[in-house]
Amino acid sequence: MSLVGKIERINGSLVVSQFEGEPKMGDLIEVGNLKLMGEIVRLSNEIAYIQCYEATSGLKPGEPVLDTGMPLMAELGPGLMGAIVDGIERSETDLWELTGPFVSRGTNISPLNRDKKWIFEAKVNVGDRVSGGDIIGTIQETASFEHRIMIPPGQSGVIKSINSGEYSVTEIIGELETDSGIINLTLMQRWAVRRPRPIRERLPLNQPLMTGQRVVDTFFPVAKGGAAAIPGGFGTGKTVTLQQISKWADADIIILVGCGERGNEMADVVAHFPEISDPRSGRKLIERTIIVANVSNMPVSAREASIYMGITLGEYYRDMGYDVVVLADSTSRWAEALRDISGRLEEIPAEAGFPAYLADRIAEIYERAGRVQTLGTDERLGSLTLIGAVSPPGSDFSEPVTTNTLRFIGTFWALDSELAYRRHFPAINWLRSFTRYMGVASEWWSAQDREWEEMRAKALSLLEEASQIEETARIIGEKALPDEQRLVLLMAEMFREGFLVQNSFHEVDTYCEAEKQAKLLKIMIEFYNTVNPLIRKGIPIEKVRELKIVKTLMRLKENRGVEPINSARLEIQYETDELAKEYEVK
Amino acid sequence: MGSIEAGLVYKTTSEIKGPILIIENVREVSYDEVVKIKRPTGEEVTGSVLDVSKEWAIVQCFGDTSGLDLDVEIRFTGDVLRIPVSEELIGRVFSGSFQPLDDMPLPLSTDLRDVNGGTINPAARDVPSEFIQTGISSIDGMNSLVRGQKLPIFSESGLPHNQLAAQIARQATIPGKEEEFAIVFAAMGIKNEEADFFRDEFEKTGALGKTVMILNLADDPPIERIVTPRIAETIAEYLAFDLGMHVLVILTDMTNYAEALRSISIAREEIPTRKGYPGYLYSDLATIYERAGRIKDKKGSVTLMPILSMPAGDITHPVPDLTGYITEGQLILQRELSLRGIYPPMNVLPSLSRLMKDGIGEKTTRKDHSDVSNQLYMAYAEGTRARGLVRIVGVVGLSDRERTWLEFADQFEQRFVNQGPYENRSIEQTLSLAWALLAILPKEDLIRIRESYIQEFHPTNKRER
Ligand SMILES: Nc1ncnc2c1ncn2[C@@H]1O[C@H](COP(=O)(O)OP(=O)(O)OP(=O)(O)O)[C@@H](O)[C@H]1O
Ligand SMILES: [Mg+2]
Repeated sequence: MSLVGKIERINGSLVVSQFEGEPKMGDLIEVGNLKLMGEIVRLSNEIAYIQCYEATSGLKPGEPVLDTGMPLMAELGPGLMGAIVDGIERSETDLWELTGPFVSRGTNISPLNRDKKWIFEAKVNVGDRVSGGDIIGTIQETASFEHRIMIPPGQSGVIKSINSGEYSVTEIIGELETDSGIINLTLMQRWAVRRPRPIRERLPLNQPLMTGQRVVDTFFPVAKGGAAAIPGGFGTGKTVTLQQISKWADADIIILVGCGERGNEMADVVAHFPEISDPRSGRKLIERTIIVANVSNMPVSAREASIYMGITLGEYYRDMGYDVVVLADSTSRWAEALRDISGRLEEIPAEAGFPAYLADRIAEIYERAGRVQTLGTDERLGSLTLIGAVSPPGSDFSEPVTTNTLRFIGTFWALDSELAYRRHFPAINWLRSFTRYMGVASEWWSAQDREWEEMRAKALSLLEEASQIEETARIIGEKALPDEQRLVLLMAEMFREGFLVQNSFHEVDTYCEAEKQAKLLKIMIEFYNTVNPLIRKGIPIEKVRELKIVKTLMRLKENRGVEPINSARLEIQYETDELAKEYEVK
Repeated sequence: MGSIEAGLVYKTTSEIKGPILIIENVREVSYDEVVKIKRPTGEEVTGSVLDVSKEWAIVQCFGDTSGLDLDVEIRFTGDVLRIPVSEELIGRVFSGSFQPLDDMPLPLSTDLRDVNGGTINPAARDVPSEFIQTGISSIDGMNSLVRGQKLPIFSESGLPHNQLAAQIARQATIPGKEEEFAIVFAAMGIKNEEADFFRDEFEKTGALGKTVMILNLADDPPIERIVTPRIAETIAEYLAFDLGMHVLVILTDMTNYAEALRSISIAREEIPTRKGYPGYLYSDLATIYERAGRIKDKKGSVTLMPILSMPAGDITHPVPDLTGYITEGQLILQRELSLRGIYPPMNVLPSLSRLMKDGIGEKTTRKDHSDVSNQLYMAYAEGTRARGLVRIVGVVGLSDRERTWLEFADQFEQRFVNQGPYENRSIEQTLSLAWALLAILPKEDLIRIRESYIQEFHPTNKRER
């Protein structure tokens, strides 16, 4: 079964080999005496081009290569929750223990721990007819996470035996009698990472993903099962935003893919997630999180694979019937890996050196997001939301990765360096961002507050109007503007400081629940509706700005809960009444 | 370099193109292997294998290739590039390819380290969080440096980035701690006098005995710059993670490094991306920058301060751009501020330290530090916006509020950013100064600071108490 061959040439991460026999595209290869891992990316006649996942220094032409006959697979089963793995799913914690703090090469360890025993509780009986996707039992993997053991896609038959008990991932938990004979059932299955896992049916999206981040949830929400992108120059807040979503999103499972980014950011998650609790379940965040960490100084080809690995893991949990969020930081590094390999293959480059198939690959990735009815007879629903950071060279959004990503996503959070410079975080530009999931989100929000849609529209239109007025102010100065326009500027400032700015390091404001978001939005609009007539009646804008309530409104977000918002409403009434009395208008 | 003297010798070069040589009929050559290329003078220069097949090898030469002919002797050493490491390296001066420049022999050591180093396993990384006081307000107050961070200085020619780096090296302390430290200084294509400046600085402060210098100067072979930073970091890693020292690595100028990389790429006719730089510039820079950090259960640390010049002051140029995408923030120097006599001419708005949050706060600096920093940023941004307005509408066109912002911005630059090259401010001094400046603004406008901190730290409140 396994073919052997010899290395002909080594050019960086690309290894060219001759095989005796016919290897297949995508086959996983053991390269050289060190048995480095690699994958066939091109075949021509008897020559195979292999992208090697590990550094190739020291390899020599003539060294052996071995075709495993299988593509790069993810091992799927219990034991991944809370883990940090590399782009080809090797546990980095285990690698550290095994080979020290520096990554070594050619260490082939199994992704899932083979020794650990899991308490399996069977949920089917002997004689039951089952098929791909059916749940045959469960494992309480962490306090908050029930791991559902499923029949792998494509298999079906009658349960011949099944037993609850303690098992490792490779031990036989039962047998399945199929048309083509008896198959052993285990807690683990494998799936080729570049192939989407099958589903029964794609469903329309019907719910926003709540992230506790106001500018996201209120203004530019993403739907559960949707796709979003967050492009921005360095230091504008991609990673922090993704980390905030991974902390506070109302999802069951979070997969964080560090694709060609900083090692310290990965270490930061590993260090802090065990300390933070999910506000809904109260469980530690690390218990619902898997980190795929392929940092910037690891070989680019494994970086290319890491996104597929992350998505495949996500699909597996989606198939159990969970809401999964996969966060990829950064898809630009993935695209660069693609470019690097393409260049070494001497393919004809299209824009900016990227291969012509860049757009197709980006589409394939975002296509794997969705809300689905999973395989299995119990009509389970699951979703996979995919959110990708984009790092455009020179912060130029017209470059190929950003423009091609735009075509395939539903929410676009455009980060803005100017906002980041004044420490307006999240630096999501409210005029350049968009969402295509507004229908889904409006429905959800309107169920909380009937006026929500109207308020959001009013807030956005005030912000937009303010930006136009600012243009004029830049030429004639704010002082020369009519007071009504200056009120719009004041409102924009209040929205910015009191609503849009959300410091992720503030102990309270790092997370803002939906109710509080809606109430904050409402009270701002109420304030506008109360003072606007006063301004029209000639009360000077300076007087309005001096009201204590202005500062109070901008700081309401810092308080826990919604009670202070309710009491601020009375304050608005009181202070504006006083003002009206002073000027004898009513 | 190293102690490998054996190896197969070939005289089968078929092409020499810039820094690249193609050697035919080679056997048993491995990827990344080091070669020795014999110059007509008999001196050997180092190179390494970039691409190898059963018949040929493509080699990059770190020295000058002019004067070589196709009969040049190439010796394949059978190993990757390694340098001997030992404690004796401290205090020494080497060339950009590790030849002693101080009339002393190469250190004797059997401990040979691959200059490419390894990748620190992310799971083994310890998050850097120890605040370093540099005594410079614009850094300590708003872009705090922590041990194990990689924080570059983006500059332009003629700006005082060298003075700044030297001041940081001279003044950096961890409040309340005395520990073993070392400096590894690597020069890539900088002028002789700049290297001398650093040497004098280190000498004056007594740090020279704690310093390793790796010097590739402007008139040294440009391609050598590819190995210079790697040698420096190999030494730094050894001092930090084997000997437990806290090492500050200064690499200057990374733009010259990137140019060396570009000329190899052009000679190989690779497809360029922006400004002729190869598509792998990001990944290549990452193999240098990511070597900074801390490792769990190890005492030492590697703090990295690369200096790079932004050609034509353009921050979107590939070298600063990709650097910013890898490092944990950036300090940006600006010509305009320098012309106005402000030292350090720190353009604080686009400057950033991402690891600041872990290093500051109640336990290390002060609880109001983070809020104060955010407020300074916001106020200064408002002030510079007002300054832009003045150019169009004049000061009279400003509202009272805008005038206050403007006043703040001016004072902020003059009193907070501006300081002497030998002025060493404690973090308390920096924060009090910040509060004194924020007091220019109405309290209502201190929106980024918690009210309880305003209560506690605002100068007017303090006086009342
Ligand atoms: N919501 C936020 N609240 C407070 N600070 C923030 C927020 N978002 C970003 N920041 C600040 O901005 C810095 C940079 O953010 P981040 O690391 O997310 O940038 P990035 O876009 O991922 O950059 P790069 O492309 O270089 O990775 C952070 O270190 C933090 O100081
Ligand atoms: Mg980032």
